[in-house]
Amino acid sequence: MNAFKNHFSLVVALLGILFSLQTFTIVERAIDAYKQNLAHNYSFVVVSKKNIIETFFKEKYSLISKVDELSPDKVIKKLNAGIDKRNTELLKLALPKFYKLQLKHYPSPSEVNSLTKSLLRNNSIMKVETFAKSHDSTYKLLLLFKSVITVFAVSVGIITMLLISKELKIWQFKHSERMSIMGLFGAPTWLSSAVLFRLAIVDALLASALSFVLFIYISSNDWVVAELANIGIKIIIFNTFSDFLMMLTVSLVVSLLLASFIVISHKEEV
Amino acid sequence: MDKVIVAQNLSLGYSKDEYIIKDVDFSIDSGSFVFITGASGSGKSTLLKSLYGALKPETGSLVVAGVELKGVSKGKLNLLRRYTGIVFQDYKLVKEWTVEKNIMLPLIVGGYDKRVQQEQVEKLLSHVRLKHQALKYPKELSGGEQQRVAMARALSNNPVLILADEPTGNLDDYSSQLIWNLLEGANKDLESTVIVVTHHIPESMRVEYKHYHIEFGKIHERV
Repeated sequence: MNAFKNHFSLVVALLGILFSLQTFTIVERAIDAYKQNLAHNYSFVVVSKKNIIETFFKEKYSLISKVDELSPDKVIKKLNAGIDKRNTELLKLALPKFYKLQLKHYPSPSEVNSLTKSLLRNNSIMKVETFAKSHDSTYKLLLLFKSVITVFAVSVGIITMLLISKELKIWQFKHSERMSIMGLFGAPTWLSSAVLFRLAIVDALLASALSFVLFIYISSNDWVVAELANIGIKIIIFNTFSDFLMMLTVSLVVSLLLASFIVISHKEEV
Repeated sequence: MDKVIVAQNLSLGYSKDEYIIKDVDFSIDSGSFVFITGASGSGKSTLLKSLYGALKPETGSLVVAGVELKGVSKGKLNLLRRYTGIVFQDYKLVKEWTVEKNIMLPLIVGGYDKRVQQEQVEKLLSHVRLKHQALKYPKELSGGEQQRVAMARALSNNPVLILADEPTGNLDDYSSQLIWNLLEGANKDLESTVIVVTHHIPESMRVEYKHYHIEFGKIHERV
């Protein structure tokens, strides 16, 4: 019971940090995947007097990833009635060229603005359609979502830090007496604080292991997978190597900092 | 005879403006048994604290076992403490350790072999008549028993210097006698220098001793 009590508070606090950190990572990944989806479905339409080759676009504008020439056939087909084939060909030549430009990532409103201006500086380009209204509202929604998640993660972080500072006081009280007594018999700091560091490392390992199990469960949970599929996002919820390594590092750093702080602030009783 | 403690113009206190021990000179021979007496608040415990480096001299010099304690480094102080056995009035046992482990503390700090640690602990447990309590925790023992554990701990690494702060202050006659016997034994058999701060010098002392008395911040030898 005593051993359980010794570990419980710090493990819970560390779990809080790891949970908010991994949740933030998952949301970041989801937003990135969603942005990729949006980028895939979003494009500029450029109207040009002359033919422009794809390499020209790609070389001059680094944001552009793919250029498709839009065929005017559909428009001409509508006007087809009563026009002979020769005139149809002439009409085809007289019509401006339409290009669909796909971008490397989902652009910010300022990127949209600067790319439009830059394209319009080219004399042959007559018009650039960016669908700005729908782009702006989607982008703002994304930013809002990201802000909400950031606020959530920061709040959980603050609450956890408060929990840890409370734990710090308990640890200071609990360990300083033993450290003082050991010091009175000539124990060097590393020896008198060994128990503290052992406890910190064990708690960090415990919290990382529990988070590992929790996120393995979440990542294989049917409901979570189905919900993500519903919004068309396919992401790795938990990378068993890199994410676990990040959790282990964070929990070790936090708990070792806590232990170091106690050792540094320890004063021998007089 | 070698001096284990030499104090010159020594002043001690908890604040710079108010000294409890003022400008004293004294020395203690190696292997001697010394009692320090004085009224409550006279500075007996303050002086003892300075001997194990918990309180640094404000002025003057204090040399213990060849180590100048004014401005001593942590490493040197730790080394000195490894050869010093201390008995506190409030025992200062580690609550979460068993009796056995508490006695082992100086041996653990000194890096003794596990087998030596175990042998020494068993020997001391029988000296303090606590063999049956080896695996108990301090809170499960009476005050007298706790002080006997503290005594065994102080003797575990055969220290050259033993400092005891009112070691029998609140103890029954049986525990008190046991503690005095152990202190006398350490002085006689191990040739340890023993310094005891107390209100009363027991009448049954079988070893030669010196008596210093503290009054108004000064130390006087009483013959």
